[in-house]
Amino acid sequence: MTHLPLITPETRHFWEGAGRGELLLQQCGDCGHVYFPPRPFCPRCASKNVKVFAASGRATLYSYVINHRPPPGWPKEPFSIAIVALAEGPKMVSNIVECPQTPDALALDMPLTVTFKKLSDEIFVPVFRPAERAS
Amino acid sequence: MKRRGSIAVVGAAETDNIGVIPDTSNMQLNAEAALNAMRDAALQPRDIDGIACGYVSPVDLASYLGIYPTWYEGTSIGGCSWINMVRHAAAAIDAGYCSTVLVVHGESGRSRVAGPYYGHVEPGSFGDQFANPYGWSGAASMFTLPVLRYMSEFKVSEEELAAVAVAQSQWAAQNPRAMKRDATTIDAVLSSPMIAYPFRRDMCCLVADGGAALVLTSADRARDFPKPPVYILGSGEAAESNVCSIAEVRDLLRPEFVRVSARQAFHSAGLTPADIDHVMIYDAFAHNPLQGLEGLGFLDYGEAAAFIAAGHTAPGGRLPLNTNGGGLRYAHTGSYGMFAMQESIRQVRGEAPAQVRGVRTSLCHGWGGFYSACATLILSNEQP
Ligand SMILES: [Zn+2]
Repeated sequence: MTHLPLITPETRHFWEGAGRGELLLQQCGDCGHVYFPPRPFCPRCASKNVKVFAASGRATLYSYVINHRPPPGWPKEPFSIAIVALAEGPKMVSNIVECPQTPDALALDMPLTVTFKKLSDEIFVPVFRPAERAS
Repeated sequence: MKRRGSIAVVGAAETDNIGVIPDTSNMQLNAEAALNAMRDAALQPRDIDGIACGYVSPVDLASYLGIYPTWYEGTSIGGCSWINMVRHAAAAIDAGYCSTVLVVHGESGRSRVAGPYYGHVEPGSFGDQFANPYGWSGAASMFTLPVLRYMSEFKVSEEELAAVAVAQSQWAAQNPRAMKRDATTIDAVLSSPMIAYPFRRDMCCLVADGGAALVLTSADRARDFPKPPVYILGSGEAAESNVCSIAEVRDLLRPEFVRVSARQAFHSAGLTPADIDHVMIYDAFAHNPLQGLEGLGFLDYGEAAAFIAAGHTAPGGRLPLNTNGGGLRYAHTGSYGMFAMQESIRQVRGEAPAQVRGVRTSLCHGWGGFYSACATLILSNEQP
């Protein structure tokens, strides 16, 4: 069974954005800090003057593993789990999709574009694919 | 601590067996570890007035053992928690909250007999929402995420990563209690099954049942016990990210939280890395000792892989590291910090199976969560 995250009141906007195909980040109106994961205050200066904005969806591949022991409910083939560096600054854990799941195909620093993987009617998780075709 | 060496370890022991223990519950592993450490210090339950443990309630464990504590603590931030607990207990004894503290770890991490019940990734947590949906299946596919970047940045080869396991296997070969006692080779490590590229089985820790405990008291009482005291010279701790959201660590190659913990430990001890005779660095995975040696200041960033591959941390080397064989070859119950401390204590007591000659100081460093927290302890058999 696919793992479905439990949405909280503080993250609902993020998941609703993902359902519309938007990767939402937050930025502090006082100190300018851009951050992820979502919370209703700035983790740098504690200001509650934060705004939600749609990120560009552009990222680069920071690092990854290729998991050869898929958890229950996942296909048996090895797949990537990555840290991607978003163009806006924050890093996030994700998967790299729509490319061979091999060290040759997964080059560090390769440009990526966000896409969304449907887990349920409510949950679409942001994943990333190689950017060549997009831009 | 009020002053260097004001607190000492006066008892320390592991469970009778370590490895596969299907006939003992998680709670009883805690109790067995506690009873063995109390016996090492010649203490009874009525002599203990402080208790610390993880993944079981310290109040539950105290009651199970017949202890009525005036101080208890249950930091549960991952495998280094027991190192943090020693630091916290030392402060509590100095403050007068208690006089004799039992720090206990037991974990049915392999057989899972009535526990352990981890609370790491609660529904609705950042880990649940922003890491779990990506298919990680255990620490081997999360803790290891930064390593390809580390290898790229510092020109570290898979052979050098394997060499960490090889060096530790040479220590384990001298340790009758080690789960894996064969001295392995780089080829053998690189031929073991792939778990999460670039990590192969023999670059990942073992999965075991077991436990260990220690007894702390003030240094002015420490000579009244059967075993020679092991003084706490310094300690540190720090944290930087959610347990599961490893991507939140600001600089994954030169992490600030490791430097902070090390700086606290060395500063409080009044020592530098050059003063340390023996080192334990929590090795859940083969890259942990590399990032530990660098973050703690023993080496510059990028130097550790070549240093270990050259044999400097293996038997006969100038910086003996993970001399019980480590989590890779000795045992790892899911949390390893207490086992790392036990080997530091054995080495400064002079009673380790693979004893290094002339050890006066030992540094023990552990990680919590997947690179989200850490703790550092410096021990000595000499009171400053
Ligand atoms: Zn701010």
